[in-house]
Amino acid sequence: MTGKVALPTSLARLIVYLTFGAASVFAAPATTADADPLVVKIGYLGEAVPEREPLSLVEVVAPDKGVAGAKLAIDDNNTTGRFLKQSYVLSETIIPDKGDLHQAARDLSAAGVKFVVAALTADRLLELAAFPEMQDALIFNIKAQDDGLRLADCRANVFNIIPSRAMKADALAQYLISKQWPRWVLISGALPPDKAFADAVRRAAKRFGGDIVEERTYEFEAGSRRADTGQQQIRKQMTDLTQRLPEYDVMIVADESEVFGEYLPYRTWSPRPVVGTQGLVPTAWHRSQEQWGGTQLQRRFTKAAGRWMLEEDYAAWMAVRTIGESVTRVAKGDPESLRQFMLSDTFQLGAFKGQGLTFRKWDQQLREPILLASPTMLVSVSPQEGFLHQRTPLDTLGYDEPDSQCRLNP
Amino acid sequence: MNRLSAYAIALLTLVMAPPAMAYTAYVSNEKGNTISVIDLTTMEVTATVPVGERPRGITLSVDGKHIYICTSDADHIEVFDADSLTLLRTLPSGPDPELFALAPDGKLLYVANEDNNMVTVVDVGPGAVAAEIPVGTEPEGMGVSPDGKWLVSTSETTSMAHFIDTATFEVVDSVLVDARPRFAAFTPDGSQVWVSSEIGGTISVIDVASRKIVQKIAFEVQGLRKESIQPVGISITPDGKTAFVALGPANRVAAIDVGSFAVKEYLLVGQRVWQLDLTPDAKFLLTTNGESNDVSVIDVDALKVIKSIPVGELPWGVVIR
Repeated sequence: MTGKVALPTSLARLIVYLTFGAASVFAAPATTADADPLVVKIGYLGEAVPEREPLSLVEVVAPDKGVAGAKLAIDDNNTTGRFLKQSYVLSETIIPDKGDLHQAARDLSAAGVKFVVAALTADRLLELAAFPEMQDALIFNIKAQDDGLRLADCRANVFNIIPSRAMKADALAQYLISKQWPRWVLISGALPPDKAFADAVRRAAKRFGGDIVEERTYEFEAGSRRADTGQQQIRKQMTDLTQRLPEYDVMIVADESEVFGEYLPYRTWSPRPVVGTQGLVPTAWHRSQEQWGGTQLQRRFTKAAGRWMLEEDYAAWMAVRTIGESVTRVAKGDPESLRQFMLSDTFQLGAFKGQGLTFRKWDQQLREPILLASPTMLVSVSPQEGFLHQRTPLDTLGYDEPDSQCRLNP
Repeated sequence: MNRLSAYAIALLTLVMAPPAMAYTAYVSNEKGNTISVIDLTTMEVTATVPVGERPRGITLSVDGKHIYICTSDADHIEVFDADSLTLLRTLPSGPDPELFALAPDGKLLYVANEDNNMVTVVDVGPGAVAAEIPVGTEPEGMGVSPDGKWLVSTSETTSMAHFIDTATFEVVDSVLVDARPRFAAFTPDGSQVWVSSEIGGTISVIDVASRKIVQKIAFEVQGLRKESIQPVGISITPDGKTAFVALGPANRVAAIDVGSFAVKEYLLVGQRVWQLDLTPDAKFLLTTNGESNDVSVIDVDALKVIKSIPVGELPWGVVIR
């Protein structure tokens, strides 16, 4: 057994939350005063896969990435729950790299946890979803952006909270087209996630009329800026990488692995903006987002976590809030009731995006506006004006129902 | 109606029947960190007063002599002399005061502390905190019943209207409304409280005696997506007949017949309209338009927008005396 369900800190939290729940009885509204207290158990499940540190020293390295967002949402849910005799407890399980995922699933199931916030890669997520212990649970994907999880590999017990790569690439493409910057150079890293983002960019180009005038791959390990004189070497590498290209408007970089992308801006041969996984990035959340009351979430998070909110924190916050919002509305805590409500037309998640968020019924992906942000500033929000859809403009982002073979809730 | 014809009508109105009123409007400019003072006889800004950081909620003392301003990032309430426009003193508010309501006798201010899920009760006389009431996540809307017995506080993320007994400062009931409730306004007879839900796109009309939702009002504007209709501020005429609701990025104010709950008219105003206030004679309604940095003036009887007045950066709240 390698899982560490209920670390000392989460145990302490658990006690705090339970006390909180009990103390709320005095304030319960008349309508629910005679109901039994409802305790909703949520498990956060991650895997300690080694991650590259960001190239820039300015970026935060956050060991609690993701779970910090889940914890804040638990607090938010409990604040509401106090008035309804509902309380929420979070257990945190981080298995070691390539650890025993099945044991972790068994432990969660044995503890009566029916809601799992999963910070896992796509292959591990699919493993988890297939375990017998998870068949009556709801899994919330807050990490894996793979489009396959919204297509052939969609699963009835998985709700996708994090946007897919296709949603992000489409959000970026709409902006570039609306700016009338249609000629793109695509530079990709060599690792599978980089290639997957590049695929999403190619698809977006076809959908929205972008013209990829040339593609290049960056195969090497970039030099270290942090070494003495490292910056000279990097400048030469990046200039060489980007010379002798046809005329183009923007350079799109596909480097999810963070090997070289951060080195491209200001070092390209031609003076062109860099967008994609670095430069102007499409993302579900950004520290500069202050629209639609976003300041409030940023402040609450910073106060609780001691750092700014990252995309995975936001996704985990949305996952736990999705559970909380559903429990609040249906006054039930079983997965099937919540699942039905989440897929109904009445479900709406307020998530500081200026509109209520809903789930796509066919692939259980959360619809959401995508932010486009420079390192320190929100630049735009997609869908862009004029990109229309018969259902909602949000469905112009990512795989739409006719493009997908996934039919989870026909 | 486009803005040009609004100006034309405004000119016409001014020529034909100059509004006979000596009212003054005070507008809080959230990003400008100022208050714009508008003379409603000339419909012009007569002064721009620097105040503390991020001014949002704004209201008047019962005698009209003092202006109270929630300066959110300064974490206190500033009290200005309404005539001399000088800062008289500050009141404690708890962190991040956003919006507040004054008890009808003028003695207590009920303040929503957006950052820490509290309502702070401020005793205005001594300038001291009298009580703190835990409410839901991100409290914002604050409404006091005309008899002063009920305080209704809305929590944005919790999606509830909390009924607080002002005798005990305890939450005695919480009514679940649609997503992101922003504002609570009592009808003049005190029988109903109207709560706007920004993300839900509705008004919940709550019967105060039973604390049940008796009506939900939805909005529909041709050519606008449902998601862009986001109700925020509510202002009900003193005769209790008409309610005005600011619809945010829909750039419109809905005029609703209170008796039938039917929308009578959608009035096109400036961009991202949030808060509203009526002149004391209820002949004119002013709206704050955050993105176009102006205030629209609506003729209440004619249900027409007659003027737009440029103010400071990101106008948030407005109060008229």
